[in-house]
This record gives sequence, C-alpha cells and structure tokens, in this order.
Amino acid sequence: MRAYFDYNATTPVHPTVLSAMTEAYSSHFGNASSIHTFGQQSRQQLESARRSLATLLAAKPEEIVFTSGGTESNNLALFGALPPGAHIITSSIEHPAVLNVAEQLHRLGHPLTVLPVSSSGIIDPDDLRRALRPDTRLVSLMAVNNEIGTLQPIREVSRITREANILLHCDAVQAPGRIPIDVNDWGVDLLSLSAHKIYGPKGIGALYVRKGTPLSKHTFGGHHERDRRPGTENVPAAVGFGLAASRLSLLAPTLRDHLEQSLLQLIPGARLNGHPTLRAPNVSNLCFPGIEGESLVIALDLRGFAVSSGAACSSGSVEPSHVLLALGLSRADARSSLRFSLGEDSTPQQVDALIPAVVDSVARLRKLSPAYA
Amino acid sequence: MPDSLPIAVAMSGGVDSSVVAGLLKSQGQPIVGLTMQLWNQRRLPEVAASGPTGRCCSLDDVYDARFVAQTLGIPFYVVNFEQPFEDNVVKPFVADYIAGKTPIPCTLCNNFIKFDQFLEMADGIGADKIATGHYAQIRFHPSLNRYQLLRSADSSKDQTYFLWGLTQPQLARTLFPLGAMVKSEVRQLALSLGLPVAEKPDSQEICFVPNGDYAAFIAAYLKEQGLTQPPAEGPIVDSSGKKLGEHSGVHHFTVGQRRGLNVAAGQPLYVIETNPATRQITVGAGDSLLKSSFRVSGLNWISLPPTPEPIRAHVRIRNRHSPAPATITATGDLTTATITFDQPQRAITPGQAAVFYQDELVIGGGWIEREP
Repeated sequence: MRAYFDYNATTPVHPTVLSAMTEAYSSHFGNASSIHTFGQQSRQQLESARRSLATLLAAKPEEIVFTSGGTESNNLALFGALPPGAHIITSSIEHPAVLNVAEQLHRLGHPLTVLPVSSSGIIDPDDLRRALRPDTRLVSLMAVNNEIGTLQPIREVSRITREANILLHCDAVQAPGRIPIDVNDWGVDLLSLSAHKIYGPKGIGALYVRKGTPLSKHTFGGHHERDRRPGTENVPAAVGFGLAASRLSLLAPTLRDHLEQSLLQLIPGARLNGHPTLRAPNVSNLCFPGIEGESLVIALDLRGFAVSSGAACSSGSVEPSHVLLALGLSRADARSSLRFSLGEDSTPQQVDALIPAVVDSVARLRKLSPAYA
Repeated sequence: MPDSLPIAVAMSGGVDSSVVAGLLKSQGQPIVGLTMQLWNQRRLPEVAASGPTGRCCSLDDVYDARFVAQTLGIPFYVVNFEQPFEDNVVKPFVADYIAGKTPIPCTLCNNFIKFDQFLEMADGIGADKIATGHYAQIRFHPSLNRYQLLRSADSSKDQTYFLWGLTQPQLARTLFPLGAMVKSEVRQLALSLGLPVAEKPDSQEICFVPNGDYAAFIAAYLKEQGLTQPPAEGPIVDSSGKKLGEHSGVHHFTVGQRRGLNVAAGQPLYVIETNPATRQITVGAGDSLLKSSFRVSGLNWISLPPTPEPIRAHVRIRNRHSPAPATITATGDLTTATITFDQPQRAITPGQAAVFYQDELVIGGGWIEREP
C-alpha cells in the first residue's frame, strides 16, 4: 500500500478539475485580453473562475487578483500595501513565503516586529496592541498554520487593526476546506490563496484585495487583472482553481482524531504539538522524543507512507522547524516531530495501515537512541 | 547473493559512490540512496570559491546524486548531518589548527559521521548495512574472528589512511564494493551502467574548505562564531634559538613546510617544529626533519587483536607517505603506542595519523602526538 499523508504540502488535482482544465486547454486557447471571439470565450472562463473564488471567500469578484501562487500573492500584498518606510508586524510562525518577504522589507528599511506565539502556537492580541506604532501600516497574520494547523484569532486581530486604521493581510493558503472563510466577517483587507492546496493545479493562486485598498505594483507589463498583476492570464489554471474552489467542502476531523489518539496512546512519550482544539481538522503534528524525524519520514516512505517533518530546504534535506522552535520546543524535540496531514482521499484503511507502521518504526529508531536504549 | 533488507548507499554525487549504487542495483540488491548534507556552503560567503556550486554538499552534487538515483530507479533521500558534522569535524579541525596541529578532517568524518551517525540512520530506516565508494577492502577472518581491512587494489586511490579508525561493529556492517577495482575500471563501469556522472572529475582537497585555503576558512569560521582568533604571530628561529624572522601565525605552518617562510638563508629551510604555546616556529635544513621515534594515541586495532607485544609493520605517517618498516609497541591499556622506524623519516607531524600495514592488511592506527 502507498498512502499519502501530506495534504498540507500539496493535494492531488481532482479528476473533475483536471477534465475542466483539459477542456480549457483544448477549447479556449484565446488570449483573454483579445477583442475577438476566441479571446472573449477565454475571458468568460476566467471571470467565471473569479466568481467562484469570490464565492469561496464571500468577496466580490473584482476583489480577486489571480497570481502564480501563494508566494506571489504574499509578495504582492506585502510589497504592494506597505507605504515607503512604514512599520510591518507579522508572527514568528508564518510560512517562509511571508516571513522572508517581511525580512526582505526589513532589509529595505521597513521597521519589522515579529510577534511571538504561545506554546500552542497562537499570538496574543495584547502583544499586537503593544507592538503598534504610529508608523505601523500593515499586519500580516496567517489563518491556519501549515505545520501544526493552529488557528489565529483573525477576527480579534482585525478589530485592533481596524481601530488603528491599519491594513490586515492574511495568508489563508491552508484555510479553504479546513475552516469557513468570510473576508467581511474576518475583517481582512488582503488574503492569499493557492490552488494546489485545494485539489487544484500548481502555478496559480489569488490575492483578495478589499475594494479601496491601495496596492502599488511591483511587477510591470500589461494592464491585466485591473492593472494590479501584469501577465497574460493563465485561463486553464484559473478554470481549475475556480472549479476546485466551488466543489470544496469542509473536512471532518474524525480520521485525524483516530490517527492522533491511536499514536498518542500506543507510543510512550508521544506529545501533540500545537493547540488541541483551535486547529484545522486535517493536521496532527506529533513529537516522538528520542527519534530523528528525518529518519522516521524516510523509514515510513520506504514502507509506502508519505508524511513530513520540518521544512525542506534547498538541497532537500530537513532543518528543524522554525514553527516548532517558536512554540518553545528544544531543537531535539523539533527534530523529533512529524506532521501528518489528511485530505479528501484519506481512508480509514490507510490510517489503520499507517498506525502500526509508525509505532513499529518509532520503536526501531528508539532502540538506536541512547536516551531510549 | 543479494540481501533481502535494503543496503543504504552513501551517495555524494561523484563517480565512485554512483558506481556503488549502480553495481549493487545491477546485482538485484535492494538499495536506498542517501546523500549527507554536511556543510552549508552559503555559510561563509567570504571563502566561497565560486558561489554554491562545485563543492561537497553543493546543490550541484546533490542534484547529481539525485539524477543518478533517478536513472537507477532507486529510493533516494538527502539527510541532514550539518550539526554533527560541525560538532565532530569542523570544530575539532579548527581547534587542532589553532593548536598548531595538522588535522585530518576526513578521518574524523569517517569515524563520527559516515561510519557512526550515518550507519545509525541506515539502521533506523531499515537498512542493516551501508555501502560507500571508498577504495579499501573488508574481509572476515574466521580463526581470528575479526573483520580485517585491506588496501585497495588501486594503490594510487587507496583510502585506508583515512579509515584506520573503523571498529569491528562498523566493519561488520560496511561494504566497499570498489575495493578490488582500479579507478579506470570504475569509470568504465560508470559508462556501461549509463550513469550520468561517468565523466565527472574526481574531488580533491578537504570538502568544506574551498581552494584548500585552511587559514582563510578558519578566520572566516571564527569570525562567524564571534570568536577572535588568538594572537598567533611570533618568531621564526633556528635550532639554536637564533631568531631568523617573523611569521603571521603558527597555524599557517606545518611540519616539513618550505613555502611562505620568507627567511633568507644559504640553504633551503623547512619547518621542523611549530609551538603554539610559545608561538615559535623552528626551522632547519631538510635533514633535521628526520626522526625515528614518536608516540601515538587513540590507537585502534583492526586486523589484529590488541597486543602488548611489539609488532613489526610498515607505518604510514601521512597520506602520500610510503609506509616504512617500524616496530610498534603498545603501552598502557593498549590505546597508546611508541613507534620506532628502522630508518628515520621526514616530517612526523602532530595531528596526522600513523597507520600500520602488514602487506595488504591494515593492522590499525593512531593519532601522532606532539613531543612532550
């Protein structure tokens, strides 16, 4: 059996999404900016996809900007919305696609505050209040953490940013299908999405830009996407993204809970990383003290199970997770942690096959570990 | 006969380890390719040779290893050993250098990383044996009940000088599939196995030190660690103690070195001794480098069981040295020894290893100690 437990890394393209994209590739090759009928047909497809994205977020279609993915959406939001020299605030457990953008802005002269998180991975709104300065113009906070699934108090944060007249960007790449999204209820001004996390294609994402939010351009070319993001529209990918968004439903935590409770019960010393309840329903990040997470990932892969540990660096090897370190885990415990993320296609049979494989591999690895010998 | 458990192959992206993987795979042996990420080449930009490429653990080498694994259709992973490598190899290397020794990081890497942590990781992922592209041979001697280490069939590629620290449990789980081959055969095999690295040049030097410039690496590393380099400049003297000049740091010099002294004399002068405590470098004529007797510590017995009896062997005192006949007498708990060459040898250098041979057999080895 080969089973996939890494849906937070990426998801398979849903068959209906794939066939819609194939159809778009073969039937609608026209440039969506062209005047003729070929172009108009592509334009219709593109705008239909935009409406699907808007529906997912409870936003207006004209507030959706298609990009090449979550990373570009974050770059556009942070570079585009932050006035020259202004202060930006983010959190210590953001994805590198936000954290490294913020650090680049910092190198370019923007003051930066990185908020700490509690041991379960949640920022304290009071910390945000205290971090505000007269020159603060933007807060960027993720909705759902990719490694531990913890949810941030976006509504509470938006009350603070609204009151202070500051823009709020939310990296919500891990949110759709996990929690309901409503940009008005959440009170966000900018929000990033990615198609490949929701059974759509790689290479397309979106940025929600609340009407009236000033956004300067940082790439230049044509006047596509209401002059906010130049480049010929990727219509087939947008079609796939739109369909993926409209067919998505919320996942139940049942299978994840079964997996998690079994592992916590069967593996001595196993601990949960992150918050037990304020959490996406598909993620379980567990620490198995005394083992090397990297070895466990490899051992499980050789047995047919795909899981993940830490964040892959450029060479493909693993460094201790900055998220787990931010929760206060020791480097050793961070290295001993594994992320299981489930998705639409996960089955009870797969989970029941995974459990003994993890138990057995952890036992084998612990036999080698001096602390557990 | 193929083992049913997979064998973990340490793949560097070079020709040798790629051939090991190809060879085992062609024999029907299940294998797992693992590339060790040992050092982040981006860390010390001031000593980077030419950006993050063309060095050990460079992205290019990882790419090559992955490409070979894909070509062979074997599972492949990059595993991170940066922390243990820094703790067990880089730090002792720097410390030894500052202490005026001439360390061999490859031996430390073999002892503490490749045949220790790597072996352990292999075990953890379900592979009970490892295979590497080293040029050396292992065989089991039933009546001694020991694993023995033998020189490579290719004397110009033999790597036993760096493998003297291997223990019996390590040897029991290690395969050197290239040990009976010469390099030209290995390259031929790479071609016939269709490996994409068949033409790749051999790697040289110490993998994490670009251009072999140790002093520049150490200066950059100490700076990164926020440490100031202890003052190391001092006098250059002759054997009578007469001052001949000044030098910029003890760690720039090693016993037997001729270059970089900048001292005028009627005859070629060599470094005879470096003393980090007094920061004094003693120089002299070539023949004053000759010495017969020295001590080793950290003795490891490989092909023979430990014995307090004097043994006769050929002893090699650096990688390119021709082993010379000597008598080895182990002392104390048999982890130290006194070695006496039949004929005096040039430049016996503290920090280097002495490795003992009886014909093709590697008896053992130890670290050359500074004279008391």
